Order: sequence, then C-alpha cells, then structure tokens
Amino acid sequence: MAKDIVQGADSQIIGTIEKVSGPLIVATGMGAVQMYDVVRVSEKRLIGEIIELRGDRASIQVYEETAGLGPGEPVYSTGEALSVELAPGLIESIFDGIQRPLEVIYQRAGERISRGVDVPKLDKDKKWEFTPTAKVGASLKGGDILGTVQESPAVLHKIMVPPKTAGVLEWIFSGEATIIEPIARLKTDGGATVELPMMQVWPVRRPRPYGEKIAPTEPMVTGQRVIDTLFPIAKGGVAAVPGPFGSGKTVVQHQLAKWADADIIVYVGCGERGNEMTDVLLEFPELKDPRTGLSLMKRTVLIANTSDMPVAAREASIYTGITIAEYFRDMGYRVAIMADSTSRWAEALREMSGRLEEMPGEEGYPAYLSSRLAEFYERAGLVACLGAPQRQGTISAIGAVSPPGGDTSEPVSQATLRIVKVFWGLSADLAYQRHFPAIDWLASYSLYSDNLSSYFDQHVAPDWSARVGRAMLLLQEESELQEIVRLVGVDALGFKERLLLECTRSIREDYLHQNAFDEVDTYTSLEKQHGMLGVILTWYDKGLAALDADVAFSKVAGMQIVERIGRMKYVAEAQFAQAQAQLLADMEEEYASLTEGGTADGE
Amino acid sequence: MASEERSVLKDYKTIREVVGPLMLVEGVEGVKYDELVEIEQANGEIRSGKVLEVNKDKAMVQLFESPQGLKISSGKARFLGHGIQLGVSADMLGRVFSGMGKPIDGGPGIIAEKSLDINGTPINPAARDYPAEFIQTGVSAIDGLNTLVRGQKLPVFSGSGLPHAQLAAQIARQARVRGTDENFAVVFAAIGITFEEADFFISDFRRTGAIERAVLFMNLANDPAVERISTPRMAITCAEYLAYELGMHVLVILTDITNYAEALREVSAARKEVPGRRGYPGYLYTDLATMYERAGRIKGKPGSITQIPILSMPEDDKTHPIPDLTGYITEGQIILDRPLLRRGITPPINVLPSLSRLKDKGIGAGKTREDHADTMNQLFAAYARGKEAKELAVILGEGSLSEVDKLYSRFATEFEEKYVSQGYETNRSIEETLEIGWQLLAILPRAELKRIRDAYLDKYLPAAGA
Repeated sequence: MAKDIVQGADSQIIGTIEKVSGPLIVATGMGAVQMYDVVRVSEKRLIGEIIELRGDRASIQVYEETAGLGPGEPVYSTGEALSVELAPGLIESIFDGIQRPLEVIYQRAGERISRGVDVPKLDKDKKWEFTPTAKVGASLKGGDILGTVQESPAVLHKIMVPPKTAGVLEWIFSGEATIIEPIARLKTDGGATVELPMMQVWPVRRPRPYGEKIAPTEPMVTGQRVIDTLFPIAKGGVAAVPGPFGSGKTVVQHQLAKWADADIIVYVGCGERGNEMTDVLLEFPELKDPRTGLSLMKRTVLIANTSDMPVAAREASIYTGITIAEYFRDMGYRVAIMADSTSRWAEALREMSGRLEEMPGEEGYPAYLSSRLAEFYERAGLVACLGAPQRQGTISAIGAVSPPGGDTSEPVSQATLRIVKVFWGLSADLAYQRHFPAIDWLASYSLYSDNLSSYFDQHVAPDWSARVGRAMLLLQEESELQEIVRLVGVDALGFKERLLLECTRSIREDYLHQNAFDEVDTYTSLEKQHGMLGVILTWYDKGLAALDADVAFSKVAGMQIVERIGRMKYVAEAQFAQAQAQLLADMEEEYASLTEGGTADGE
Repeated sequence: MASEERSVLKDYKTIREVVGPLMLVEGVEGVKYDELVEIEQANGEIRSGKVLEVNKDKAMVQLFESPQGLKISSGKARFLGHGIQLGVSADMLGRVFSGMGKPIDGGPGIIAEKSLDINGTPINPAARDYPAEFIQTGVSAIDGLNTLVRGQKLPVFSGSGLPHAQLAAQIARQARVRGTDENFAVVFAAIGITFEEADFFISDFRRTGAIERAVLFMNLANDPAVERISTPRMAITCAEYLAYELGMHVLVILTDITNYAEALREVSAARKEVPGRRGYPGYLYTDLATMYERAGRIKGKPGSITQIPILSMPEDDKTHPIPDLTGYITEGQIILDRPLLRRGITPPINVLPSLSRLKDKGIGAGKTREDHADTMNQLFAAYARGKEAKELAVILGEGSLSEVDKLYSRFATEFEEKYVSQGYETNRSIEETLEIGWQLLAILPRAELKRIRDAYLDKYLPAAGA
C-alpha cells in the first residue's frame, strides 16, 4: 500500500480517451478497472476517478483542469481507490480536496495550482520519534495501539494496527523512523509475517470501522453563548448552519473551529473563498486554546478546495476530511469537523450528474443527493473504538448550508434537516442589525437539549436548565408581545409586559449578541454564561417585585445598573466571579433606593 | 491551454451544424478540449470560438461572435491548439479594446510581452496574503461602515435606473491607500452595457485624467452576446499581468455581470443542459467564482487586484440567482436602494444589507482609527433601531414612540441625510467620516451607546447638546 499512486511509471496503458466534456472524461478499453478506482489521464498524468462503468467504457471525473485534453490520449490505471494517507504529519497541514499538501505545492510550483503537480501527500522523509507501547509476544488485532508519536505539543498521535490485520507481535521498533519504514512485525494466524509502517492508507469513500455506536450524552462546549445555552450540540452530534450570504455562516464555523472543546479540528473549506482559508492559516497559529494554552493550529487539519479550484476535487474534499476525522477518532480523540459549505459540495455533485446525463431530481440535483448527505453525516457520532486499550472517540460534524436566497425550502437544506439534530438557522434580519451570531432563537432547535440538560445541571449549576428554560420562555413571550406592539404601540402594554420587553432586550443584546472580534467576548465559559444569565434574570425578578411595590416603570428601566449589565460580557473570565457579586450587590442597593423613595410617578 | 502549438494547422470543411452560438464540426482529429477555433468564411472573414466538448471525431464549438452570415458549406474551421489568449504589455494602459481584446481606439496594435491564457489558474490558498490594507474611497457609507480593502472583491448590487455607474466612477476616481502614492491602475470591462453608459465612464476617466492609467475592454449592448463570456476574463487577465508582473495596484470594474450570466445561460440552453434555478446553468456558481476569485493578494508580490463587479438585480430582487451566487462568492456587497434615491440620498447606499467581510482586518488603530470598529457597530445598530422606530411611527403616529425611540428616529433620518448622502463629487477623508458619525451618535443618550468602549466615548463623544 505504501507504494504511492503518484509513481505509476510502470502502470500500463489501459484505455483511450473518447470524449472530453469539462471535468468529465469518457474512455474506452477500461474493462479491467473497478468502480471508484483512481486513474491517471493523458501524458500530463492528471488524477481522475472512475464514477461509471458501461461495458469497457468508463466515465472518469478528473480532479484537475482538463483543458487541452482530447480523444486518443491514454488513460493509465493505478488499481487503487481514491485514498488518503494517515500518519503523523497531518496536523497543521493544509491539503486540497484530494490530500495534496498546498504548502508543498506552493514551494515547488509557485503561487498558482498548475496541473499534474506530483507531490507526496505526506512527508515520507521526515523522521518521527516513535515510542512503542505494545509488548513483543502480545496478540494484536486491528485498532490496537502499537505506540505513540508526539506529533505536535497538543496531539499525541497513536499508531494503530490497521483494521482487519491481526497477529502476534514479533518485533517492535523504538526511536526515530519515517512513516513508511516498518515499526512493527506481526506473525499472522496463517503463519505469514506482516511488516507495519506508521502510515495507513484508507479509501475515502469507505467509513473506517469501529466497535459500536453509542448515543451521545456530553455537550461540546463552544464558548458561544447562544449555542451552549439555547441550542447545545453533543460531542458526536451533527449540526447544520444554514443562512443566506452575509449572515455569518463562516464566522460561526470559524468560532467553533477556534473554541470548541475538541482534541482535533478538521476544517473543510469546500468551494468557498480562498481568502477565508488564508484567514484561518494566518489567524489560528496566533490564537491560544483556552483549555490547553497551546496554539490552535497545533490541533487543526485544513482541507481547502476553494471555489476556483477544480469542481470534482470539491466533491472529494468532504470525504477526505471525514476520513481523516475518523482516523483521529479511532485513536480515542474527540474530533470536530466543519464543512463549509455542503451546498457547494452538492453543486459539484449536480454538475457531475448533469454531465453524466443522469435524470435529475429536484432543481437539477441528482436523486441520490439526500442519501449521499446522509452517508456523510452518519460517519459522525460517539463510538467505542476498535482495539485495545478500550477507548471512545467522537466526531461532531457541523455543516454550513448556503441556500439560494436564504430560502431553506430548497433540496440541500431539506435533505440536511432530515438528518441533523441541531439546526442553527441564521437570519438575514439579525445580520442587518449586526446582531451576531445571527442565530435565530425562535427558528433554531437542538434535539440534544433534553439529553444534555442533566449534564449541565450536574457539572455547571443545578439551576442551569431552569434558567435556560426561563430565558427561552421569555423570548417566546417577547415575540408575541412584539406583534401587539407593532399593531397598537408600546403604550398598550402593561408595565410588567414592558419590563419583560426590557428584560428580553437585555437577553438579546447583552447575552445572545457576542462579538467574535473582541478578545474577551469571543469565548465565554459555561460558568460565566450561567452567571451572566443569572444577573439578567435577577434584575427582571427584582424589577417585577419593585413594580408590585409601586415603583415607577421608567425608574426601573432607567436604572444605572442596566448599562453595567450591558458591559458584563467584556469582563475577563478571571475577574467575572467578583464582578458578578459586585453587580448583584449594587443592583440590590439601587433597587432598595428605588423602593424607599419610590411612589408611582403618574406615568 | 495546451501550450504545444501544432506545427501544421488543418482546415476542416466539415462544419455540420450551427445552432445559436454552437457549431458542430465532424471528422476532426487531435482536437483538444477548450482549444481556440477560427472559422474562416469564403470572403476571408474570420470568427472565433472554443471547443466545448469533443467526442470521438466530433467537436462542439462555442462561437464567440454572432453566427450571422456563417455558411456551413463554405466555412472552414481551424483548430489552433491553444486556449484563448490575450497578448499583454505595459503599453495597454490608456488604451481601449474590444470585448475580444483587439484595439478599437484607432491606435497601433499591442506588441505583446507575453501571451496569457484568459482562463487563468487557481491561486493556491497557501500562497494568498490576507487583504488588510484600507482603501479610502472617500464615500462615507463605504469607508465608515463597509470598508473596502486592497485585494477584496466587493460588488455593487444595483437595479435598472440606479446610479451605480456614478458610484463606480467615483470610487475609481477617489480610491487611494492613505499615505502612499503607489502604482495604481484601473481595468474597466464593459459587458453588454449601452453606449451611453460606457461613454459616461470613458468621459469621466478622460475628465479626471484617469484614462492614462486605465485599460478599457468594451463589449457594448449591440456587440454579440457570446463575446461577453470572454470580456471579463480578458480584463482580469490584463489586471493580473499589471498586478503580479508589473507590481501595480489594480482596481477592476466589471459592469454588468447580469449580462454576462445571461450570455452563459444562452450557451447552456443551446447545449440543452439541465438547468439550475431560473434557467441558469448549474455551474453558474463555479463559473462566477473562477472570475471573482482572481482578485486578491499574493505573498511576496507587491501588486494587488481589487474587484468591483457591478450587477443589476432583476426586479431589485436580491435572491435572484445572479446576485445570490455573487454574494456567496464575493467578500460582501454594496446595495443600492430605490426608495433612498427617490428621497434624494446620493449615493443611495442601503447600509444595513450592505456588508464588507474584510473590514475587520482593515480598520482600527494604525489603519484607520482606534474607535472605528466600535462606532461602526454602534451606527449600524442605532440605524437599524431608528428605521424600526420610523416604521412604527408610520403605522401608529409619532406620538406612540417612547422618548428614546423618537431620538432613534431622528438619528436615522439625519444619518441618511448627513452620513450617507454626500453626492458624487465629495471626497471625505476617514477622519471626516468618523467625525460625522460621532456627531450623529451624540443625538442618542450615552447609556444607549453600549457597543462603544468607555474610553472612546470619553475621548471622542462630542459634549451633549453639540
């Protein structure tokens, strides 16, 4: 397997190009190949994949620009499926949709991605310090851990026996080795010896095996208040972020990639802007993980197939991403994968389907759109990993969806919503008001809320879910009251209702609104979230009591403390407990002064 | 794109079909996908096209020029062995070209330094440099709230009858990076616009002397529609040469992208492809992206390409596929608004749905001013609330508003009149823009200005009653 498809010099010619239509090529003489085999097209040796076979005629999607190809040119077989190489060297790298390292291409071929650039997917010359953990004489099977490599300060890369391999460990290496040198030798039941390098090769379209799937119960803390408080996602959960352009999908994805409490982040930029990937590349190394204090890049793998790069490789990019995610999951890590955007992936699917002249489903998308989407999202989840020692790993998948015109009745959104458990609907109206993250609290949902509430109550504060439920209820009531205000004006409401509106305004502006570009506000711990919400609700409860004690509404709404509640989010984590106590004490005092001197001012 | 030129070019007299912009040639040999085709008529007239699909010995060719007068029996097709290229040189500055890159200003031909394939190649994301240099356009609604930076692609979403041309000309005239006097150039592509609109740009460039550092590509409304597919790529290819080879900072104005997309739809329909939304081809997103993504900055290269594509939204509908897909690719959008224009606000920029995604890295201390980000957020929030209050006042009367909402309503009105409206000749510095912002914010009680840090309020907020 270690023999690289990149070489291919001895692979024999098997087919001849008959037709070229954009990224689709039809070749004859292909009787001997299998579906989804990788082929090399023409003397330029462009990478392609078989996606249809009819007799000896094969349809090939080509992952590079096909201009200049014509009938009569040769097609070479490699006999292998489209695969990724899995070994130390993944972390901190940026790959294109078929795992070609973009930094290396940049150094070798310049700033443009020209065709037929042959670069190894992973560095085969670099030596890694391998520390064995398995003992000679032990009987090993697929998934068992052989040893470890400290790949980055944040990631201890566990070298595993590949799935479906088993035997007695005869020899194990210790020290520096490249990823293709053997580091262990097994004697199988059949008596054969197998030499294992660190590197595994795995076809991207086939899910990696695991022990069993388990329903997720722990939240993935993101530090984003609207998400953690109202619509939490579980570790191993799947979420979709649909929204029209400009509503902040990418910022939400970036925020999750930065602050989610995961061990490994796989970020797939699929058919999106080049500058966004550059942003990640430049920004992540500067940012520190709030839990480990290490640079965020030290736990991140980037896949970038921007919108101007070949469309077929865009189709492959999310499979490449999820396979890498599965590999780290198998080590027992908590992995989060962001795919931005699945709509562009679906469009790539549509384009290839159109060129294959398949019968289209809705809006030109192929009929298998929803099953392909489901296959992708089903590869996420919490699993018991294969092999010893026993361990659990998770993949949480968050897919951005870019519905045309922001209208989620279109096929990609609908197919996605049928699968995902968390829906963070972004609203253009909120974005216009610069309320970010523009997650619409009335339209969004999380089906994990119930499962996770006991975790929050146990680990954060016993009244967590009570507070959250209350806030959600207030927001619901607000939307009903707003209807009335729109019809007859705010004066028609009683003072208690108006106080409710003041309270929900505070929840919206001081709590749900979160500035991703502010150093402090960009991440909020669960404890601080709980405290902030508590302050706002306390203000409201005491306000209601004050109204009952005949304090004028205008005095409650105009309290000094209101402005300070608004600035609570900018208080650093370390000072928050103190600030919160001070805030509550001052609030108490101000209320006391109101009720003492306070009679209704005839408003 | 096949670089190896064929030594002997063969003429094929086997043109079988011409249907709309498509032509079928049979019995061909060695034809490559995407290569350039010349069709010679009996009278010696030459038209061009490119190979869209090649299947065994049949080549489907997309014509770049009108098929009118094309004769199947006597026409000869010649396959040139390379893609469509543009000969580029520094002498292109100050010149006017047709949509296919031929000089049309009566001047001499261009002696090309280089021939470049107009399709370009994707920029490696690892080679990009993040755009972060503030461009001062002198337009408050852009500089203050939707800041443009070097290497950005920021389209103008307009509609029929809206003054996008005036705004684009104003930006082209006034745009500069503060404190520098670097090599600056404008590349302008007219894509299917009327003579008068094109003439407006040319005269404006002449009047201000900008023509000296401009390159113009003109495909007018009466030029063949299929030619439009090449025009923007010609312009961007020229811009790439100026930016990355000659180190210039290039502003590319493409108008009107709607005409481009319609030409693309025409070809797609002729090929009988399965359409996506509203008959536009399913690959419209990818196609537009291969143009827009050519904007940017590259590590280690001094030049940059900033793109301002202009498109007219059919029926002012932002969800129409062309503005919709454009918005998903570009880094924001400037939206022009008809009701604002009716009220005499010029330029009629509706700042709420407008957006510049790259502004956050281009503003702040050392770039514009420390208080820029906070005031920007505050102005947006206050204007949104003011507009809401005004809508409410329309239904329920001014009296139904709370005191604070009355202030917000006043703020919204003054914001449009003083901040957004400035005419097409006023060139405001960023300090002036920020100053006007602070004066407007002073209308509101200080407690309302939650999005601004105290330190900045103390430093910049004008005293009450100012």
